[in-house]
Amino acid sequence: MTAARVVGLHVLVLALLFAAQFVVSDYDQLTLTRMMVLAVYAVGYNLLFGYAGLLSLGHALFFGAGLYGAGLAAYHFEAGVPLAFVAGLAASLLVSLLIGLIALRTRGVSFMIVTMMFAQAGFLALLYFSRWTGGDQGLPLPAAARSFTVAGLTIDLADAGTRYNVAVALLAVAIGIGLLVVMRPGGRVLVAIRENEERTRMLGYDVFAHKLKAFVISGGLSGAAGAAYGLMFAYIGATFASIQYSIEVLLFTLLGGAGTLLGPVLGTILMFYLIDKASEVTSAYLLVVGFVLVGLILWFPKGILGTVRDRWARWLP
Amino acid sequence: MSLLATRGLSRHFGGLRAVDGVDFTLEPGEIRAIIGPNGAGKTTFVSLLCGRIAPTAGSVLFRGRDVTRLPAHRRVGLGIAYTFQITNIYPSLTAFDNVALAAQSSLGRGRFAPIHADALRQKVGAALAAVGLADRAGEKAGELAYGHQRLIEVAMGLALEPQVLILDEPTQGLSDAEITDFCALVRRIAETATILLIEHNMDVVMQLAHRITVMDRGRILAEGDPSAIRADRAVQAAYLGS
Amino acid sequence: MRRHASLDFGPFLFLATLEGLVQAAVLTLTALGLSLVFGVMRVVNVAHGEFFMLGAVLAWWVSSLVAGSPALGFLLALVASPLVVGAIALASERLILRRLNYHPESTIVATIGLLYIIQQTTLILYGPDARSVEAPFYFRVEFPDFGYSGYKLVVIAASALLLLGTWFVMRRTRLGLVMRATQYDSETAQAFGIPVGRVYAQVFALGAMLAAVAAVLVVPIQQAHYLMGLDPLLLSFIVVIIGGLGSLGGTVLAAVLIGLSDGILSVFFSPTLAKIVSTLLVALVLVFRPEGLFGKRAR
Repeated sequence: MTAARVVGLHVLVLALLFAAQFVVSDYDQLTLTRMMVLAVYAVGYNLLFGYAGLLSLGHALFFGAGLYGAGLAAYHFEAGVPLAFVAGLAASLLVSLLIGLIALRTRGVSFMIVTMMFAQAGFLALLYFSRWTGGDQGLPLPAAARSFTVAGLTIDLADAGTRYNVAVALLAVAIGIGLLVVMRPGGRVLVAIRENEERTRMLGYDVFAHKLKAFVISGGLSGAAGAAYGLMFAYIGATFASIQYSIEVLLFTLLGGAGTLLGPVLGTILMFYLIDKASEVTSAYLLVVGFVLVGLILWFPKGILGTVRDRWARWLP
Repeated sequence: MSLLATRGLSRHFGGLRAVDGVDFTLEPGEIRAIIGPNGAGKTTFVSLLCGRIAPTAGSVLFRGRDVTRLPAHRRVGLGIAYTFQITNIYPSLTAFDNVALAAQSSLGRGRFAPIHADALRQKVGAALAAVGLADRAGEKAGELAYGHQRLIEVAMGLALEPQVLILDEPTQGLSDAEITDFCALVRRIAETATILLIEHNMDVVMQLAHRITVMDRGRILAEGDPSAIRADRAVQAAYLGS
Repeated sequence: MRRHASLDFGPFLFLATLEGLVQAAVLTLTALGLSLVFGVMRVVNVAHGEFFMLGAVLAWWVSSLVAGSPALGFLLALVASPLVVGAIALASERLILRRLNYHPESTIVATIGLLYIIQQTTLILYGPDARSVEAPFYFRVEFPDFGYSGYKLVVIAASALLLLGTWFVMRRTRLGLVMRATQYDSETAQAFGIPVGRVYAQVFALGAMLAAVAAVLVVPIQQAHYLMGLDPLLLSFIVVIIGGLGSLGGTVLAAVLIGLSDGILSVFFSPTLAKIVSTLLVALVLVFRPEGLFGKRAR
C-alpha cells in the first residue's frame, strides 16, 4: 500500500509539472524548463549524498562531462541530438567510474576535498584546451544540432513547448530511476552504509561496490542533465563545470531535504527562483547562496521534505 | 574436518603482540567460550577470524579452506557472523529494517535474482520472534531499551543464518533476568549454528560452554571443558585470581 | 611575468627564483593560517581565501583614508586590516562554527556559505574594480643584469620575520603550549582545565589574521579585487595537504617548494597547466598518502 502511495505521489507531481505549461507565461515556462533539467542533476546528486551519505563537492565535473560530451559531439562531429546525448551520458559514466574508483578510497572530509580537486582540475582542463572547448567564452551549438526525428516524429528543441515536455520526460525518467534505486532492497543497503559503514560490511555487503554503483548512477544522472542542458539551450561553457555548480547542487539538495526523493526537485525550484529574483536586484546575488547555506546547516539541516517526513509522513521515500 | 581453525595467527600493533602465534580449532556444533583478563587479545583474535583486521602472520581456515586473504564481507557470505562488543546497530532505522539488512544479505547470497518481499518479511519476522521482539518491528532501533538493542544485534546475527556466530561480550550491561533469557536464546541458536562466545560473566560461561579457551597476553593459556578449566592451576593464577 | 627578451638564461632563472620567493613568502603565511586552523580545530576553512581578500581590500580602504603619505597609510593598514579581519573571523567562529560543534562536514558546508557571504558583501560595498595600494617606499636593488623592486625583497624578509614570530608563539609561549595541547588531544586538554572553546576562537582568528597580513603585504604588488581570494585558497589547500594535514613544519616546507616551483614553472609553462597538475597531485596525495608527502605515516 505504501508503494502505491509513493508512486502515486510522484506521478501527481510530474502531472502537475506537465500541466503547468498551460497556465504559466512564456518566461516562466523557460525558467521551469531550466529548473527541471537542473532538478535531474539534483536528483542524481542526492542519490549519492542523501542516501549513501557521500558528500561530493565536485559533481559539476559530471554535469560538465555530460554537457561537453554532448556539446563537443554536436559541435565538432555534427552528431544528431540522440547520438550527442548518448555521447554525453557515456562521457559522464566513464568519468564518474574513474573518479569513483579513486575517490571512494577516502571518506568524510578527504572525500569532499578530493572530489573538489578533481572537479577543479577538470574545469581548468576545459580552460586549458580552449581551442576545442571554447573555454570561458563557450561554444554556441549549431541550429541543426537541436532538431531530430524519432519514429517519424520530428522533435525540435528550439521550440519552447517541445523543450518543456522533453524536460518533464527527462525528470520523470530520473525520478523513476531514483525510485528504483531507493525503494528496492539495494536502497536500504545505501542508507545502511550512510548510517553505519562498519556494521554494513559485517553484514556481508561489499561496501565499496555499493558505493561505486551509487557514485556511477549519480554521476550518470548528473551527466544526462548536463547533456540535456547543452542540447536544449544550444550552448556549452566552462562555467557549468565550475565549483559554483558543484556548490549549487548541494544547496538545492540541502534545501529540499537530502535523502528524500522529491526534496532536490523542490529545492531546485525554490533556490533557482530565489537566485533569479536576487539577480534582478543586485549583481551580488550569490549572497543569497551564502546565507541560505549557512542558515540551512545551522537551523534546518534536514531541509524541507526531511522535516516533513520526520513530523508528518514517515512513509516518504 | 574442523569448522574454523587458525595456524600461527598473529597480530602486532607496533611493539605490542596483541595476538601471538595462536593455533586454534573450533568443531561444528559446539558452544565455545573464550575467556581471559582484559587486554588478553580476545577481541583482536575474533576480529582476525571474521576479517575486520588483517593478521601480521599466520592463517585462518574455514572448513579447510584458507580464508586469510578474504575480505570481511566475503567471510560473512561464507557463514562467519560477528556481533559487536559495543552495540552496533542502525539507531535511526526501524528494528525491522535493521534485521532486514541482515536477512537480505543471506537471501541474496550467491544469486542474482531479486529478493522476494514476502520471503524477506517472513525471515525478518522469524528472527525478531526468536529474540522476542516481534511486536517492536516498527520502532526505531535507537529508541529501544538497551537490552532490546542487544537483542536486535543478536537477531541480525540470526538472520544472517551463519554457520559460526561470534558473540563479543553479549551479556555486558544486561540485567540478571535478561541474562537468563539470553542463555536460553543462545542454546536455541546453538541447535543450528556453532557459537564462539567472548564472555566475562563466569556463570554464563560455565552454564553455556561445551569447551573453554583461556587467553592471556595474546596466547592460548589453556583449553578444555568447564570442569577442567576450573581445576587448572595456571588459569587460576592468571585469571581467576584465587 | 613576461620573459625579458634581453636576459640570458642564468640571470633569467635568478629573476624567476626571486619572483618565486616572493610568492612562496606570501603563500607560507596564508597556508600557515589554514594549517593552524585545521591542525588545532580539525576544521577545513573554505572561507580562508576570503579572509585574505578582506585583508587586501581593507588595506586599500585604510590607506585611502590617509591621503598624502603612502608609508603611513601602509603601516596603518598593516596593523588595522588584520585586526578587523581577526574580529570578523572571531565573530563567525562564535556565531557559526561553535554552534555546529565543529562537526567536520557541516563546518565545510558552513564555511562555503561564509565564503559567498564575505565575497558578495565585498562586491556590494567595494565594487567589482581592482584597486592598487601604493608601496610604502620605492627603491630598486641593482643586480648585474637587471634592477629589482626593493619592496618585493622586503616582503620576503617581513614574511620570514612573521614566520619566526609565529614559531616563537607556538613553541615558547603559554598560548602556544595551550594550542598544541588542544591539537594533541582536545578532550584531555579540557579535562586539564584548558578552555578549549576560547582556544578555538583564538586559533581561528589568528589563522585569518595570518592570511590578512599576507594580503596587506601583497597589495602593493597585486591589486585588491573581490575575487582575489580563490587562488590563495586553492594554493593553501595544496600546500597544507602536500605538507601533511596539521603539520606546521611540513606546511612551511611545502609552501616554499610550491611557491618557488609555481613561480618558476609559471614563467616557462602556462599557469593553467601548472594548476591542473597541482590540483591532481593534491587529490592523489590525499587518496594514496593522506599523511602528506613530508608527513610521517601514522603507526
